[in-house]
Amino acid sequence: MFSFREAWSVTLRGLCGILHSAARQRPLRTPAMPVPAPLSLSFGRAPWWLSATRRSISYKMSENGVASRRGKVLTVDTMNPRIKRVEYAVRGPIVQRAVQIEKELKEGAKKPFTEVIKANIGDAHAMGQQPITFFRQVMALCAYPELLNSSQFPEDAKNRAQTILQSCGGGSIGAYSTSQGIESVRQDVARYIEKRDNGIPSNPDNIYLSTGASDAIVTTLKLLVCGEGMSRTGVMIPIPQYPLYSAALAELGAVQVDYYLNEEQCWSLDVSELRRSLEAARKRCNPRVLCIINPGNPTGQVQSRECIEEVIKFAAEERLFLMADEVYQDNVYADGCQFHSFKKVLFEMGPQYSDTLELVCYHSTSKCYMGECGFRGGYMEVINMDAEVKAQLTKLVSVRLCPPVPGQIMMDLVVNHPQPGDPSHSTFIKEKSATLNTLAERARLTEEILNTVPGIQCNPVQGAMYSFPRITIPERAVQKAKEKGQAPDMFYCMNLLEETGICVVPGSGFGQTEGTYHFRITILPPTEKLKILLNKLKEFHLRFTQQYS
Amino acid sequence: MLVLGGSEEEGVIKPYKKLVDVSVGDAHRGGMKPITFVRQVIAACIYPELLHDNTLPADVKERAWRLMRECEGGSVGSYTDVCGIPYVKSSVSDFITRRDGGVPASPENIIMSSGSQTALMFVLNLLVDGEGPAQTGVVIPIPTYDLFAMAMEELGAEMVPYYLCEEEGWALRVEELRSAVRAGRLHCHPRALYVINPSNPTGNVQSRKIIEEVIRFVAEEKLFLMADEVYQDTVQGGGTDFVSYKRVLFEMGPPYSENVQLASFHSVSKGFMGECGLRGGYVELVNVDPAFMEKACTWLSAGAGSAVIGQIALNIMVDPPRPGDPSYTMYSQEVKFKKDTLSCNVRRVQEVLQDIPGFTCQAVGGGIYAFPRLHLPQRAVQRAKELGLEADLLYCTRLLEEEGVCLEPGSSLGQKEGTHHIRLCLMTSTKTLEVLLKRLQRFHLRFLKEFS
Repeated sequence: MFSFREAWSVTLRGLCGILHSAARQRPLRTPAMPVPAPLSLSFGRAPWWLSATRRSISYKMSENGVASRRGKVLTVDTMNPRIKRVEYAVRGPIVQRAVQIEKELKEGAKKPFTEVIKANIGDAHAMGQQPITFFRQVMALCAYPELLNSSQFPEDAKNRAQTILQSCGGGSIGAYSTSQGIESVRQDVARYIEKRDNGIPSNPDNIYLSTGASDAIVTTLKLLVCGEGMSRTGVMIPIPQYPLYSAALAELGAVQVDYYLNEEQCWSLDVSELRRSLEAARKRCNPRVLCIINPGNPTGQVQSRECIEEVIKFAAEERLFLMADEVYQDNVYADGCQFHSFKKVLFEMGPQYSDTLELVCYHSTSKCYMGECGFRGGYMEVINMDAEVKAQLTKLVSVRLCPPVPGQIMMDLVVNHPQPGDPSHSTFIKEKSATLNTLAERARLTEEILNTVPGIQCNPVQGAMYSFPRITIPERAVQKAKEKGQAPDMFYCMNLLEETGICVVPGSGFGQTEGTYHFRITILPPTEKLKILLNKLKEFHLRFTQQYS
Repeated sequence: MLVLGGSEEEGVIKPYKKLVDVSVGDAHRGGMKPITFVRQVIAACIYPELLHDNTLPADVKERAWRLMRECEGGSVGSYTDVCGIPYVKSSVSDFITRRDGGVPASPENIIMSSGSQTALMFVLNLLVDGEGPAQTGVVIPIPTYDLFAMAMEELGAEMVPYYLCEEEGWALRVEELRSAVRAGRLHCHPRALYVINPSNPTGNVQSRKIIEEVIRFVAEEKLFLMADEVYQDTVQGGGTDFVSYKRVLFEMGPPYSENVQLASFHSVSKGFMGECGLRGGYVELVNVDPAFMEKACTWLSAGAGSAVIGQIALNIMVDPPRPGDPSYTMYSQEVKFKKDTLSCNVRRVQEVLQDIPGFTCQAVGGGIYAFPRLHLPQRAVQRAKELGLEADLLYCTRLLEEEGVCLEPGSSLGQKEGTHHIRLCLMTSTKTLEVLLKRLQRFHLRFLKEFS
């Protein structure tokens, strides 16, 4: 009955009361965020500095208060040290060099190639993929409702836009939504999940819309990371991983706990490896979280149902909080592979697991067949989250006001798209299939061509948008790299870029077994271009191998 | 039937038909319409088929075409450069230079963000460090923008509050800053000063003189200056004009202009676009090292960049239609209408409240809120205490229940102990304001009577 902000004011104070009195021992369910001091701005209490108790405590004046009068306040040396540690290979030094080369080309520099191909980032539209017409039509109508009078839009797009606008404040996408996201969108998300998961119920209250999935992932980690020293939260992540995870863990000061995917078995996840990793981690931290990316990035593996069940059993046994990153859920190509959502499998395993296992699942508008990265749309579904922690989560997301409304609308369109009988249905199906089929074709092509290269081994690209082939780098090249202070695969990729204009990300940015080298290449360039690219890569590899033998 | 922001409560009988919610600075929710040019350009960028549409003006098409060209693959669905679309950043730095009478700005120092809140948190996060007595402190005004205070809590920055002086029109007094910082040093390491100009919630607009004093103060005390200037377009005529912290800093010359570090924030959410939901904002960083920017941007890169639609809206805000452009007439009419509505609302609130016992209201020089003080009977304060509430929260709760008016209580924003306030957003139609004031007056007199 209050506006979202009113609810916040009231809830905050109530919540602070609960938090201060809570003395729970169950590690998973204790709110992990540092307990905030109630906003000590007024509230009828004396400002802290007037309190006699405080005055009687003498603090040694912080030396920093005096010493750093010289020089600037905020420099590389004085900035938040955790942020300084953050790296993100996907947009890292190799991409910076790629951008520089593009500039040089523009200025007329002579190179062995005429364009830089950015096969480093999972950005489908940048590589020429077309958006879904219906989605863009509805978005345009929502942005400029005058167009509802135009004859160039189909009826279902217009109806949809009108429905959406009715759930926006003042009928405008320019109004703030509630922090958790527009309710009708969350309802649509819940329905989509139910349909996808054979009818297993989904509650819109457990859905949080977010600014892309990355935002939701970092928010979840914020809730989970706490403790000091031996009790500092450890977060298990796959190696190789999507480097958002390592970046977030560095920023939050969490302990990164690596578990290795099995390259020989098509990047499969083995529970024995999870167990090994967990036991080792327990000696140095408090591992509480297990992150899964399915389908995988960068590896593309699609987990079998059996594997998912084993992971769930393991997480339940070891009392781990499960984070399931499922943003590539529509990107499944290989025969015999199928996407199974963690939630569906969890509930089909029965109440022994589904009543207690804490799980959060993530989705996004950036991948699959829509590729709408720039809209920053995403959501998470929280399952079995402790009610007080959920209240903390709700508070946490309210600090950022709300996710971009266009992204929320895009998410709504993804989960509630044209149905058989709708005017836009056939075009929608045609576009979606064309995109997914093309991606499947490129996945196959990439694996095929790369496997013809001696010294390159490429696992089948079962799903997602990338290939992560293993490369053999001659010893002399490894030495050369060391001399330059570069990881050997970075050295390889830099040379590749300089000689061919092809920009890929070295495997060292994602993590890999010691002594092995990889790179991640996207399967997004248009098919003909991809063929040329892969052949150029092949030529480069042979040249490089010969040069350093 | 009660209608509340999209959801409905059935079967509840209320003495009012429609909720009036002016608790948040949300112009569109308050009934203001978007600027046509903005929405036309955005629609054309989203659905480029519209570039063939004869009903769209030529300048709309040109701008849309220009912006799409700057997006990877020509699509607003692509990721952008980490710090924002270079063309948009250039338009922002051009705007800043124009605004500041020629004081130079560079796109290199501009970072686009999903709303100014994201940028504020970005800068805060870069500043926080340390524990105990070494923990980063941020000096913040009371009353303040409450989400900034919450962000500080989340990121682990200590609050070092300084009071704005209500009796002097909510003026910032440097002596207050000084005593706050001195006290703050006893328990933390104050590293930054947060100012909001024009102020949320108070409506105070700082004079050049005050800004210079603040700059001299931060230089002395070695504080990083965070200047939240999102209301810079909403200054009322006849009072103090808006001048940016950046401009004053540069016009003060060395050593200040070379050493004082400043972050200036702006957004499409406030002002006359009111596009809160699009999440478009930026921060300009002044006097930070390139090495620092590089580290900061590396961290930013993991977050995938800010919403493209928000960046487009921001580009239009800083580079709107010019005289002679086909859309100029409509654009300037729409902006004028909003300016006039806001001014009218500012005057009207003052007019009405000054005649009601139990209210005092400082002049609103800028910003989009009124922040009147409530003089409540002691019995009301007592009753609130019994319920475990602040008196203004009790007041606002009852106002909501009985009259369907939603305001923000001063206790959420900070105020001197023993005082009570309410905040109303004035970016709403004159009609809505009249309804609001009528209901408020009715409720207020009843409330006073009940507790006298």
